[in-house]
Amino acid sequence: MKDETQAVLEVVDLKGYYRGTFGVVLGVDGVSVTIKKGEALGLAGESGCGKSTFAELITGTPLPGLHYEGGRVEVEGYDVWKLPPETLRKEVKCKHMSYVPQAALNSLNPIKRLKEFVADMLKERTGQRYSPDEAREMIANHFERLNLDKHVLDLYPHELSGGMKQRAVIAISTYANPSLLIVDEPTSSLDVSSQKDMVKMLIDIQREGIIKSMITVSHDLAMLRQLCDWIAIMYAGRFMELGKMDDVVSDPRHPYTKLLLSSLLPLEKWIKSQDLKSIPGRHPDMRYPPPGCRFHPRCPNCTDICKSEKPPIFEKDGRQISCWLCSEGF
Amino acid sequence: MKNKVVILRTENLTKYYTSGYVFIKKVLGAENVSFSLEKGEVLSLVGESGSGKSTVANMILRLVKPTSGKIYLGDRDIYSYSETDYWRRVQVVFQDPYSTFNFFYPVDKPLMDCFDLIEGASLGNERYPKAERQKIIRTTLEKMGMNPDEILGRYPHQTSGGQMQRLLIARALIIGPDVLVADEPTSMTDASTRVAILNELVRLKKEKEMAVLFITHDVAQAYYISDKTAVMKGGRIVETGVPEKVFFDPEDPYTKSLIASVPKLHERWDFSE
Repeated sequence: MKDETQAVLEVVDLKGYYRGTFGVVLGVDGVSVTIKKGEALGLAGESGCGKSTFAELITGTPLPGLHYEGGRVEVEGYDVWKLPPETLRKEVKCKHMSYVPQAALNSLNPIKRLKEFVADMLKERTGQRYSPDEAREMIANHFERLNLDKHVLDLYPHELSGGMKQRAVIAISTYANPSLLIVDEPTSSLDVSSQKDMVKMLIDIQREGIIKSMITVSHDLAMLRQLCDWIAIMYAGRFMELGKMDDVVSDPRHPYTKLLLSSLLPLEKWIKSQDLKSIPGRHPDMRYPPPGCRFHPRCPNCTDICKSEKPPIFEKDGRQISCWLCSEGF
Repeated sequence: MKNKVVILRTENLTKYYTSGYVFIKKVLGAENVSFSLEKGEVLSLVGESGSGKSTVANMILRLVKPTSGKIYLGDRDIYSYSETDYWRRVQVVFQDPYSTFNFFYPVDKPLMDCFDLIEGASLGNERYPKAERQKIIRTTLEKMGMNPDEILGRYPHQTSGGQMQRLLIARALIIGPDVLVADEPTSMTDASTRVAILNELVRLKKEKEMAVLFITHDVAQAYYISDKTAVMKGGRIVETGVPEKVFFDPEDPYTKSLIASVPKLHERWDFSE
C-alpha cells in the first residue's frame, strides 16, 4: 500500500540555464523542494526571477534555448530527466503530471471545435480513435463536475471568452486525473470577476480529488493566498523563503519577502494615508549575477558576509530561509 | 475654499463602433458618459475589460470620433484646437509602451522632440537649443529617480517596460500638459515598481497641478491614487463618487460584486456552499 504522505514531486538541486548568442543566463540555479500529497505550492516573485523556468524544467520538455544543467526531478517516482522523451510524453504527461502554460487560452486549435481537440488528445493518450461526439460524451461528465457548461465543447475557441477558454483548457488537461498540476499565471490575462471563477475552479479540482497536488506560478500574491497552502518566494533563480502561506504572509523573515509584501497594494482603507514604498534598484542581469547573496545589492540589511558568501538554507519546522540574518535561528 | 477650475468636461459621450456598409452592425463602445475633471485632480475610471474605459480615453485623445456628445477642454470643444495646440494641453501614457516608441531610434528621441510642442519652441531656436534640451531631460530623469547616464542612448528593446512607462511620464512632465490620460500605466510593471509609478503620478498632480484621468481595472490602485472614481460597466458609468464611498460603501450591485471579487492578502474566500 502506498504511503499517504508520499512525495508527489521531489526536486533536488535543479539547475537550468538559457544558452544563446547573448551568453548564459542562469534561469534556475539550485532549487530543491518536495511536495507531498494534498499540498498546493505557490511560486511568487518579480518577473525574470525564474518562476516559469522552474515550472518548465519540471515538465521535462522546456522550450528551445532553455537547457537542463543538473539536478533531479521526480514525479511520482518517475525521474523526468532520465526517461526517454517518448515514454515521458506517453506515460507521465497527462497521467501523472499536467502543465498549463502561460496564456494557455492560445493553445487551443482555432480551426477545431473543442470536442475535436479533445478527440485528438484522447487518441494520443489512449492509442484508440474516437469520433468527436464520442469524445464529447466521455469528457462531458468531467466538465459538469467542474461546473462548466458541456455545450462549450461544441464551440470554436473564438466563440469563447478568455476566462472560459482558460478554464476549458485546465479541465481538458486534468481529464486523466494527473497527480500533479502545474499552472503558470492562470489569472494574469483575466478580469477580476473571471479571476474569481478561475480560483474557484482550481480549488474545486483539488477538493474533488481530481488532482493530488498543485503548483501555481503567479506574481499576484493575493491570488496565491486564496489558492495555496505553501508559498515559495523566488529571486534571481533561487528560493529566498519557503514556508506555510499563513506564516510567510503574517510574519515574513527574509528581507526580500518583507519588501515584496510591503510593496503590494491591497484594497484597504489605510493604504491612502501610508507612504507605500517600492523595492529600490532592479532585478539583476542573470548573465552576471551578483556574488554572495543575490539580493545583497538591493537589501537594506546587507552585511559583509552577504557580499562574498552564498547563504545556505536555514530550516526550522518546514520553513526554509536563505539569508545570513537567520543564521542564529529564527 | 479653494477655487476649482474644471479643465475637462464630457457631455453625454456616446460611441457606437460600426462595421459593414450595407448590413451595418453596431457595437456599443460607450453611452452617455458625462464627467468633469478639475485642475490638480485624479479621476479614475474602473471597470472590467470591454466596459468602454479605453473608448472614453481614445475619444478624449481625439483618436476616435464620438457618435454623439461633446468634450470640452477649458471652455472650448476639443475639435476646435489645432493639432499642436491640443497635444500641448493633453498628453497620454499608453497601456503598451512598446508600441509608443519608435524602435529605430534611441529613447532620447521622443524626449528631445517633445520640446517642439512647448509654445514658441522649434528646433534650433534660442529658447531650447540642443544643449538646453539635454540638460532639462537629465534633471527631469534625475528627479524621477532614474539614472540618465544609464538610460539615455539606449534603444527601446534594451529597456524594460516599467522604465519606458516612466520615460513617458517624464515626457509629460517636460511638456507640462493640463490633462494627462494614463491608460493602465502600470500594466507592464511588477508589484515592486508599480508603486513608484503611482507615486510619480501623485507628485505630478501636486507639483504641476495636472489633471489625471487614470484608467485601470485594478481597484486598489484606483483607490490609492484617485480623488474621484467612476465605475464603468457595458459602456455606462454606474457609480461615481469619492473613492472612500465607492470602494468601501458601494451602492450599485455591480460595484459590490466587483469589490467582492478582489482577492485579499489576509483573508480567504469561502467557497463552501
